[in-house]
Formats: sequence, structure tokens, C-alpha cells
Amino acid sequence: MQRRQSSKTPKQPLQIHHKNQTDLSAWRKGGRIDPEKSVQNHQSPTNQKSDSKQDSLEQALSYFEKVQDHVSLKNNVLQKHLTTVESIALQRGLPPEGFDVLLNVALSGKLADTVNTRLLKSLVPASVIPETSVVSSVSWLCVSKCSGNIQLLFLRWLITVFDFIDHKEQLHALYGFFFSFLQDEKMCPYVCHLLYLLTRKESVKPFRIRRLLDLQAKMGMQSHLQALLSLYKLFCPELVTITLPGKMKTYFKNSEGPWKAAINAVRRRNQENSPVLQPLFLGTAQPQSRKRKWNTQLIIPASSTNKNNLEEDREKNRVDLYSTNESFPVEQLQTFSQLLQNIHHLEFPSQMGSVLTNPLLLHYMNCTKDESIYLRLYYWMGQTLQEECTWCVADNNQYEEEFKDFLETVYKTECFLQEGFSSCEEFLYKSLPLWDGFCCRSQILRLVSWIPLSSFSEMKSHLYDPLAQLFFTSSLYFKCSVLESLKELLQNWLNWHVIHLDSESDSQVHSLNTTLSGLVNVVAELIHFVGWISTVALRLENNPTFLLYFILDFYETVCDMYLRYNLPLLIMPPAGVFYPALLSMDSVSLNQLCYIMYRYRTNLVAAKENELSKTKILQFKFSSQTYQEYNQYIIAMVGCLWTSSVFQKDIHPQGLRMDDELLKKTTVQEFKTSFNIVYHPAMMGYAVLFLQQAWPDDTTFNFSLIKGKKWNWYLEYLYAQGLKGLKVFIESSINRVSQASHSKAGNVQV
Amino acid sequence: APGLVPAMESADGAVRTLPSIGRLSRGPTFGRAHGRFGLSPSGRLLPPAPRSQENADPQRTAFLLRKQWTLYSVTPLYRFSDTHLRDYARLLSAFIAAEKQKGLAVEVGVELDIKVSVSSLPDMKGSDQDQAAILVQLSSRSAASSKNSEEKLIWSGWFCCVSGDDLSENVPEDFTCLPLFLANGGESYTSIVGSWFQKTFDCCFRRLAISPLNLTWMAAMWTGCKVDKTASAMELVFSVPCLPQPLNISYAIHPEDAKALWDTVQKTPGEITQEEVDVFMDCLYSHFHRHFKIHLSATKLVKVSTAIASAHCDGIIKFLQSQYLTGVLMLLTELAISQIQ
Repeated sequence: MQRRQSSKTPKQPLQIHHKNQTDLSAWRKGGRIDPEKSVQNHQSPTNQKSDSKQDSLEQALSYFEKVQDHVSLKNNVLQKHLTTVESIALQRGLPPEGFDVLLNVALSGKLADTVNTRLLKSLVPASVIPETSVVSSVSWLCVSKCSGNIQLLFLRWLITVFDFIDHKEQLHALYGFFFSFLQDEKMCPYVCHLLYLLTRKESVKPFRIRRLLDLQAKMGMQSHLQALLSLYKLFCPELVTITLPGKMKTYFKNSEGPWKAAINAVRRRNQENSPVLQPLFLGTAQPQSRKRKWNTQLIIPASSTNKNNLEEDREKNRVDLYSTNESFPVEQLQTFSQLLQNIHHLEFPSQMGSVLTNPLLLHYMNCTKDESIYLRLYYWMGQTLQEECTWCVADNNQYEEEFKDFLETVYKTECFLQEGFSSCEEFLYKSLPLWDGFCCRSQILRLVSWIPLSSFSEMKSHLYDPLAQLFFTSSLYFKCSVLESLKELLQNWLNWHVIHLDSESDSQVHSLNTTLSGLVNVVAELIHFVGWISTVALRLENNPTFLLYFILDFYETVCDMYLRYNLPLLIMPPAGVFYPALLSMDSVSLNQLCYIMYRYRTNLVAAKENELSKTKILQFKFSSQTYQEYNQYIIAMVGCLWTSSVFQKDIHPQGLRMDDELLKKTTVQEFKTSFNIVYHPAMMGYAVLFLQQAWPDDTTFNFSLIKGKKWNWYLEYLYAQGLKGLKVFIESSINRVSQASHSKAGNVQV
Repeated sequence: APGLVPAMESADGAVRTLPSIGRLSRGPTFGRAHGRFGLSPSGRLLPPAPRSQENADPQRTAFLLRKQWTLYSVTPLYRFSDTHLRDYARLLSAFIAAEKQKGLAVEVGVELDIKVSVSSLPDMKGSDQDQAAILVQLSSRSAASSKNSEEKLIWSGWFCCVSGDDLSENVPEDFTCLPLFLANGGESYTSIVGSWFQKTFDCCFRRLAISPLNLTWMAAMWTGCKVDKTASAMELVFSVPCLPQPLNISYAIHPEDAKALWDTVQKTPGEITQEEVDVFMDCLYSHFHRHFKIHLSATKLVKVSTAIASAHCDGIIKFLQSQYLTGVLMLLTELAISQIQ
């Protein structure tokens, strides 16, 4: 066996499992971790070790699943697997699917009691314990195949891990079975404790009370019986009329056994290793190990029912926390169909913050109009963000990972709800001026993309100014990240606007005027800001293609706002962006620019047509300046790429117009054609390849050969190379009929 | 692009009239209305003449004096009602008992080791819009003694709002504004009580530190207050940053001297500006520099003690004069609100 083991390991030395070997979700998904996924994680000897450990746990489990009766205690195989289970259980806990096997074997009496004891003692959950495995072990208990000691040990285990059982409905159905165990004198105290944990109001029945009173008469005043009775009395004071002593120091014997410490150790270790926010199934049992003051720990509260319903219970004149309320408890909300069935009587949890980790409640939140839920969330999130911010609060930097996770969660929630939180916006405004641009960078920049669109803008002083400062002083990569997130910000605003337009048409809400003009102003402000920082960045960084890509990517959204998002606004890129893209050394940028100019044209033409047809009264018209700017650019572009007349015809004040005298001084021979689609530095590579294909024997690279029919072939060649932007641009903006004479740009008529 | 779109109407107005339209988020539009994001106002009005003489019995608030209170800001309480204070006391005492014996059910309403009382302090407010302060007291009963035996107060805390109109005006009906919380007693109890309030009323507690700037405000404001009896000295404590060992400088000033200085600085009675506060502190600093050649402006003000009250930058306050209690609370309420919004 040993040999097999060792020969097996080297076969898969690189199939390393996660750093989150202790990631509970991995267990939940069914134990085996997808090796493909895990390749991305760094490899280390410990991981390898844990990998083989997992294999040996699986071997042990399958051994215990098939084990025959009466295996000798001294059997080496048994001992080996037993040790494996014990050591893994103590180190990282057992996966949910392990419990069924081990409980079955321990309670079936197949093996010796010492083995059963060791197995039971090692039942430390890594995450949850499936209810089904508990139910089947109760059936083993009923057929009493195992000894009394094992039964007791099992009950003590069940009490200790009660909170780890994933569901308890079926367990509640077994209430009567547990109750019947009360007659066993040894089991009675533990059964009482278990019943105490299981009891609900509906479990209290007169015959059970009678039985308990009988037992009490027989056994005397036992604290465990009294505990159960007092709970019954608590639920149904009218049924339990006896007086019980008011105060009790301890009701139950300590049944925590060996598990409690192990469970805590496993949880702590798992939490350390896993950066993911675990779903908190034990809301109150937060580890308090860290030496932080009260309430300064980042905890997303667990969902729990709002118990503050005093109004309704007023007539009863007592506060009744236990009555089965009309509303559906959020703790029980597990599936989407439950949500649909109970949506009419669902109540939000007592702490709104808990919705962040509960997608079902987020769905619910999406369809409620109650403003107070947003206000509750607003306060909680605002306070948490400020309190936990690692660069605003001293001594917080050690918790950066934790804060990152939180920001990530907030961002995901915003994506889910498709709207930004105003608390988040305020947090950004407060903290950006202090931000170093490094800490939690990607999280912060993503949150920026969800800044809500507000029609009164504080953006300039609160967002643009601090962001610009960081932008100009940071790396190229940072600049691109900022541009990316501002593009997403713009898209989020535009999406919101489109959705808002739709809902507006349903109900005739207030006149659009103020908000639409406000929106247009705010969007324009953002676009101008990006235009400005892009111009400066291109100069600072000396026009790198990488940066240009992100800038043009932004304008791909801008150029289509009218048609795609129904926003009556089009803004041309500043000359500081347009000309570097036009004269770029890279065909990607030039192609992108061509596409953008094509979309500008399409949008402007559509706007013009709408304006002329006057099907509806337009509140907004594009200013003639926009058309003018477009025309100037198109003249420059066509002059550059097509008619080789840019130096004469470009009329943009920052354009390429130059005197012939000056151009002659450059001693460039054919300066006129030097930026057309053949000679343009971004295109020349294509021209060379084209020449090689068209005239394989010619080695002189005579570019002037590309003309007439060949010119058309060359164009086809370029389109086939994937220059789709160039294609749509040339097809739309260049009037090829009058090709013989210098073709004229098909300008939009103003 | 100039002339691109018609000029927008008053932006602020647009938001006020169309609260949830024009925003990509649902959430409060107020709070932002201040647009200050935590900056201090440039001027403050002094609280009107002390109210205590007219409508409040100093005896009733005497127990708040001469105790160290740790300050917290609290976001508005959701569905809090001051008609249910007795119920809250019962639930809270059960919660405390449950926290102490984790895992066991606790009956609501029975006699427990720790008695909780939740009551209202109706005098403790600034304006009529303010919610009356809420006092929470925990007292222990020794197990041996009978019910009527003496109870020992082990922890107390109170929520209050003095002239917190900034906040309360903008909050819907379901919410109760008591933005300032003051606690005296073991932090473990603060933690339990605070957790209960957080869970029950979906609010958020945060320690409220007092910035050195606000401490200078307190120094100036309290210097100007009249105190009948011979007052104790005004004391300012500064800490010197960036030293291997902590070094504190204590600067004590005779209250009459300080008052005389302040009277020369303050121009309009009943109103204080940031400029006046700065001048006052600069005078004190230059006086100190003349004698000790130390620039106090380069150190950090950590504590201000006067006959009215003493305040520490960690957010700890001690009230000394009942007649100025509401005045001090008004400033603290303002600080708490600015931390919430």
C-alpha cells in the first residue's frame, strides 16, 4: 500500500491543487477540484503534500464505505486509514460527503468500539454537515446496533455540531424519536439538551409535557429536565403550569467533548487561508481573536429576521419573539423558487448589510420601491467604508486584504443591481484626495465606474481633480486603468439613461427637461475631462499605442451615443487625440480612428435627418460647431489618407496645414503623398507585403505602382487583412465615383 | 462645447424636486446637500443662554457630570419607538444574558443577574425637533441578596441629539435620529449593548474622535462661558509627534486670563468664527513660545480641560457644569452628524 501510494504521487507532480485547499467551496462543489483551474495557482511542496492527502482521504473514505464486519483491530490497512481520517479531520476538517460514510460505519457496530470512538471523535466539519447523514445515523441509533457508549458519544457530537448541520427540517421531523430516547437514563441528559436545541413552539404538546413531568417525578429534580420544561413553558405558558426555579447556573453538562476546540482551530485555519468572505452561517460566533476595538472589525452581518416587530404584538401585551410570524424568515430563504413563492410576505433582514452576500435578497431588493432599505444600506455601508478604509484610517493597513474583499463585494453587488451606491460615491469623494493610487487600485477604479449619475455635479472637485493629479503622476498602466474605468462609468450612465427613457415612456413622469439637460451636461463634462487628460497623457508618454488604444476605446462609446443610447449629444475628440491617432505609427490605432469617424458620421447624419424630418419636436440639436469640427477632421483625414492634400486643405487650427516652402525644407521628396494609405507609416508594412505579393520579382519597392486598378486591389487587400474600420470609413466618407478627379470627402452637409 | 445644450436649470433645485430621478442610484440625496464632506463650518453660533435654569432640574442630569464618557456616532435608528422602552429593556437584558451564556435559550422578562433599564431623558435636547435622549443603564444584583437589595450601577450609556436638525429634517419617519452615543463602563458591555442596538435597529456605531481643530473650538467656546464659582485652570495638553518616547506638554492658563484674552478676540457676541478661534490659539502659542521657545503649533493638541468640560482627542469627554451640558452636547452632536453623513 505504501509503495502504491508513493509511486502514484510522482505521476501527477504538477497537478497542484489550490492555495485554497481549505477552500470550503471546493469541498462543496463535490470534493474534487478541477485541475485545470488549479494550474494557475502557484505551486509549492505543501500543496503537493495536501494533494496527496486529499487522495488518501478519498481512499480512506472508500475503504470505510466497503469495510466488512469484524476487521481485526490490528489490521494495518484499517489503522492506516483511521490515522488518515484523524489527521485530516484535525487539520482541515472533513468535507460534507465524508460524514455519511463515517457515521454509518461508526454506528453500525461493524467495527470495534475503540475504532468507532476514534471515528466519532474525528468528525470535525470543514464546512457543513449534511442533514441526510444525521438522519441516517438516527436510524442506526434506533436499531441499537452500537453500544451505549457510542450512542452517548454520538449524541454529544450532535449537540456540539448542531449549528453546522445544513438543514434541520427533517431533523425536526424526528423530534418524536429523540423524545422517546428520554427513557434511557444515561442518554436522558444529552437527549434533553438536543431536544432543547430542536424544540419549536409547535413541538410542545401536552402529552410530552406529561411525559417530562412523569420523568421528573421518577428521577427527581434534574436540571436538564427542568431546562426542557422551562423552554416548553416559555413557548406555551398556558400548558406548563408548574413553577420552575427562576435562575439556573447550568442546565446541561458540557457535551462539547473533543470537537469544539478542533472545530475552532479548523475554522480559524480555513479563514486564514481563504481570502474569500465565507458565508457566515454562525452569525454570532465571529472569531474575536484580533485585538481591535469593538465594532471595528469588518463583518458583513448574517441575514437574520427582523425581530423588531413590537407594534404587532402590542395587544398581547408581551413581547413575543417566538410566535410563528406571518412573514417568511430570511434565514430559510435558500432558493429562487422560494423567493418567488414567498415574495409577498418576505421581510428584509434586521441588518440590511447582509444583503451583500445574499443574491436572493438582492433580487428582492431590485423589485421593491421602499426607500428605507436603501437608506439603511447607505448608512451601514458608508460607515463601514470609512471605518475600514486602509489609507484614511491609521493602523488599518494590515487589513488591506480584508478591505479589498469588501470593496470587491460592494462592486459585485453594484454590478448585480446595475446601480451604484451613493454611500460608495461619497466614500470615493472623501477618500480619493488621500489615495496613493496604489492601495486597492483595481477595486477603487472599478467602484469609480459605478459612481451614480447625478444631475448636479460635484464631480470636478471631488473626482476629476484628485484623479487627474494621480493620473498625471502615475505609470502608463495606471493611466490606462483610469481610462478604462471612466469608459465603464460613461457606459453605465448611458445604460441607465436608456433604461430610464424606457420606463419614462410607460408612465408620464415629470417633464424630462431638467434631468435630460442635467444628464447631457454631466456626460459632456466627463467626456471633456477624458479628452483633456488623454491629450496631456499622450504628450507625457510620447504617444504609445497602448495608451492610444484605451483612449480610442473610450471614444468608440462617445461616437455612438446618439444612436446607441439615444442621448442627444456628440462630442468630437480633441485635436490632441485626433492627430496623434491619425499619424499613429500603428495600423490598429488608425483603423480604430477610421471606425470611430465612421460612427460619428452615421450618428450625425441620423441626427440631421431627424432634425429635418421633424417627426417630433426636438428639445436638443447638435450645435453647428459639432458638425464643423467633424468636417474639419474629415477633411484632414481624407486629405491625409486619400487625396494627399492634407497640407493644403486641413483647416483645423491645430491641424497639418503647412506652407509648401516649409515642406520643401524637410527635403522629403514626395511630401504630398507621405500620409496616404500607401505611404502612411502605419500602412507601409501592408504596402510592402502587397507589393511582394503583386510583383514577387520586383525588389525595388516601387510604391508608385499602387495606383489605378492596383489601388483597388490594394484596398481589397487591406480589407482582407482585417482593417474593417478603414473599410467602413472609406466606403462611407469617400465619394469614389469621382475617383478620377481628386475625390471629395462626402462631408455631412451643415 | 459651448452652446451645445441649453443651460441647465439650478442643479440643486432639480434634485430637490425630483428626488429619485436623475440619479443612477437610489439612496439619500440629502447629506450631500451640505457638500462639505466632513469639513468644519467656518463659523458657529453659540448655544442660546443656558436652558437649565428655566426648564430643567439640574439634579436630573447631575449623574451625567464628572464621569468619563466615550463618544460614538450612531446612524439613525430604524423603527425605534420611545413608547417601547420597557420592552426594549426586557429584550436587551435577555440579550445580555444570552451573550453571557452562549447557546442556551433565555426567557424574556424573567429576573436576570443584570438589570437593564431604558428610559428617556426628556430635558436633554436642544430644539423641539430633537428626539429626547435615551438612557440605558445596566446594574447588577448580587445573587445572594433579595430583590429589594441595592443594585449596583455597572454601565451606562445614552443616546442624544441636541439641535441635530441637519440630520433629523432629512430622515424619513421610520428613522429616529440620536446621532451621539456616550458610554461609561466596561467596553464589553458597550459592545453587547451596541451590538443589540445595531442588530435591532439596523444602525451603525463608530467611535467619535475629536480632531485637534475641533478641540481648539472647544477651548475657545468654553473659555468664553461664564462660571459662577471660582473656576479651575484651563489646561491644554499637547503631544509632540515623531519622538521615540511620547512627550506631552501641559499648558495651564488661569481661567480669567484666558477669558480676558478671548474677550479681546471675539467680535460678535453669540457667534464664533474660525478666524477668531485661530487668533485665540495663536495668541496662546506665541505666549508659550516667548517663555519656552517651543512652537506649540507644530505639536498636536490632544486634550482640553476647562471648568465647563474636558475633552480628549480619542473621543472621551467629561462634563463638569450642568448648565452648559446642552451647549457641549450641541457641538458633539454636530461632530457626530458630520461623521455619519
